[in-house]
Amino acid sequence: MQLTQDFLRTKKLPHIWCPGCGNGIVTAALVRAIERAGYDQREVVIVSGIGCSSRAAGYLNFNTLHTTHGRALAFATGLKMARPELTLFVIMGDGDCSAIGGNHFIHSARRNIDLNAIVVNNHIYGMTGGQHSPLTPTGMKATTAPGGTLERAFDLLELAKGAGATFGARGNAAQPRQLEQLITRAAKHKGFSVVEALSPCPIAYGRRNKLGGAVEMLKGMKESSVAVERAAEMDEADLEGKTLNGVLFSIDAPEFSSEYHRMIKKDHG
Amino acid sequence: MAETKPVLMQGNEACAMGAISAGVRFYAGYPITPSTEVAEIMAAKLPEIGGVFIQMEDEIASMAAVIGASIGGMRTLTATSGPGFSLKQENLGYAIMAEIPCVVVNVQRMGPSTGVPTAPAQGDVMQARWGTHGDHPIIVFSPSSVYETYYLTIAAVNLSQKLRQPVIMLLDEVIGHMREKVFIPEAGKLLVEKSSDQIPSDWKPYDEKGLTPLVPFGFGHYYHVTGLFHDQYGFPTGDPPHVERALDRLHAKLEKYRDEIVLTNYIGHKEPRVAIVAYGCTVRSARSVVKKAYWQDRLPVGLLSLQTIWPFPAREIEALAKQADVIIVPEMNMGQLVGEVERYVCGQAKVVPLNRYDGEMITPDQISELIGRWLS
Ligand code: SF4
Repeated sequence: MQLTQDFLRTKKLPHIWCPGCGNGIVTAALVRAIERAGYDQREVVIVSGIGCSSRAAGYLNFNTLHTTHGRALAFATGLKMARPELTLFVIMGDGDCSAIGGNHFIHSARRNIDLNAIVVNNHIYGMTGGQHSPLTPTGMKATTAPGGTLERAFDLLELAKGAGATFGARGNAAQPRQLEQLITRAAKHKGFSVVEALSPCPIAYGRRNKLGGAVEMLKGMKESSVAVERAAEMDEADLEGKTLNGVLFSIDAPEFSSEYHRMIKKDHG
Repeated sequence: MAETKPVLMQGNEACAMGAISAGVRFYAGYPITPSTEVAEIMAAKLPEIGGVFIQMEDEIASMAAVIGASIGGMRTLTATSGPGFSLKQENLGYAIMAEIPCVVVNVQRMGPSTGVPTAPAQGDVMQARWGTHGDHPIIVFSPSSVYETYYLTIAAVNLSQKLRQPVIMLLDEVIGHMREKVFIPEAGKLLVEKSSDQIPSDWKPYDEKGLTPLVPFGFGHYYHVTGLFHDQYGFPTGDPPHVERALDRLHAKLEKYRDEIVLTNYIGHKEPRVAIVAYGCTVRSARSVVKKAYWQDRLPVGLLSLQTIWPFPAREIEALAKQADVIIVPEMNMGQLVGEVERYVCGQAKVVPLNRYDGEMITPDQISELIGRWLS
């Protein structure tokens, strides 16, 4: 499917991403999802943090808000509370969202505010050249963990769920169609939605960890991912080293911005 | 301006009420002494008038949420105190760079660090100027009474909207917690500047030719907002001439409207031998001394009180230095604004600091003793 030119700032292209980077695939999936869901261009806002993937905001032809490192969800919370009729997609990287932005992430989940967090997880800080993040798997190498990181990684979706998020899904750049569908479902869900999009960073992560180039990394991603529906029929041994893919949870619960505005209408008389 | 009967209120309350009078309908904050009353009043009042109050997870998030809501088209305010003000600096810089209006209240307390949460101080004067990184412009008001707090908050909201520039209300614990009478104007009698709802057809968010109104998100003007240096449409640029122009443009805004921004007040002798330059709660002690010394005892003394401390009232200080022999600068810190006074006095008068930093106010006696010493 052709991308709608209207939703892209074609004059701002080519983008700054390295060859083989997954950011372009994830961004394209987001644009298709917005299109497929049938949103009016004016009601969509793209908010992003700081990092490679967050630069996507500059290439998308909506009202776009490129914020400070880790704070995208906090900016988005203010905007959503001021203008609950807008649909917000919040693009963050793994370090951006789960390290420096971890507090805003869990509290957005707790409030169950209707924001769509798209977390582009490449397991590394790409823009600064390859430092480990809270989503770098144990043992993987980074410039700040030359012998492999000893730290354990978050399971981002478990974290989100535990904190109160009501929709969580995982997709990857190797399966862009599915990713697009997951983003569409997240957008339609009323409440705090998280889509973790696994994405290759061949330059700052793949090379150091001998995962090959973009093609090998995408292949690896596809091979290690298992759809949640299928995983239900598999035993633990088969699931060893696999990543679950698809909608991991979708829960109905009161959404904060609409609850708040209902409350003030009542007070208002 | 028609005014109704006086209402007795606290400085923090005057700040909240001033904000509401000026059209603020969004507050995000985090609890901290001694500014918490601002949040509590907003939490009670805003929902009643269709506004939004949200207690955020931390100070950083509060500042971010305020900026987000401003981009959505609301008038916004957040309040904090020293430690929280430190945390807000990151996103304060963003608001300056991205030209998003908002008002940040810092009810100063004794620092550094957690310091003495309930003791007054004026230790954040330089932080208010330079707290966020980079060569940024800033507007800082420093009220000396509850009444001034009310009106300066309104001015802060108006200026912030007009210039698309964050404005800081630098209160101190004394002003924040003291009770005084405030004349609240009748409804509709207040000078609240409406933002223009006329958007020119060639509207650019960061027009190089000059100020343009902020068109909120969601109305079909697709522009980019970023803390990176950007072009007229908001898109990132690192091009040296562009970067320099953009920074000059931010500062030029304030220079152009300097007379609306820089507010001072002088009382006393026209050609004083000893003059006092004060701001915030210190003005109160200084004023009582000068009133008595000048009006009663006819001594050649005067008081220049600064409602605006940043941009620094350089012209007013230069003019004063031509008249006065001695300029006393009382501050509840180890000497912060005095350096700036010296810079513009430029040797034309003797500048004498008077500092107190034990968590107590500078008393009238301390000031009059010093005046007496320099007059004799
Ligand atoms: S460093 Fe990695 S994430 Fe960043 S643009 Fe390059 S490949 Fe993509």
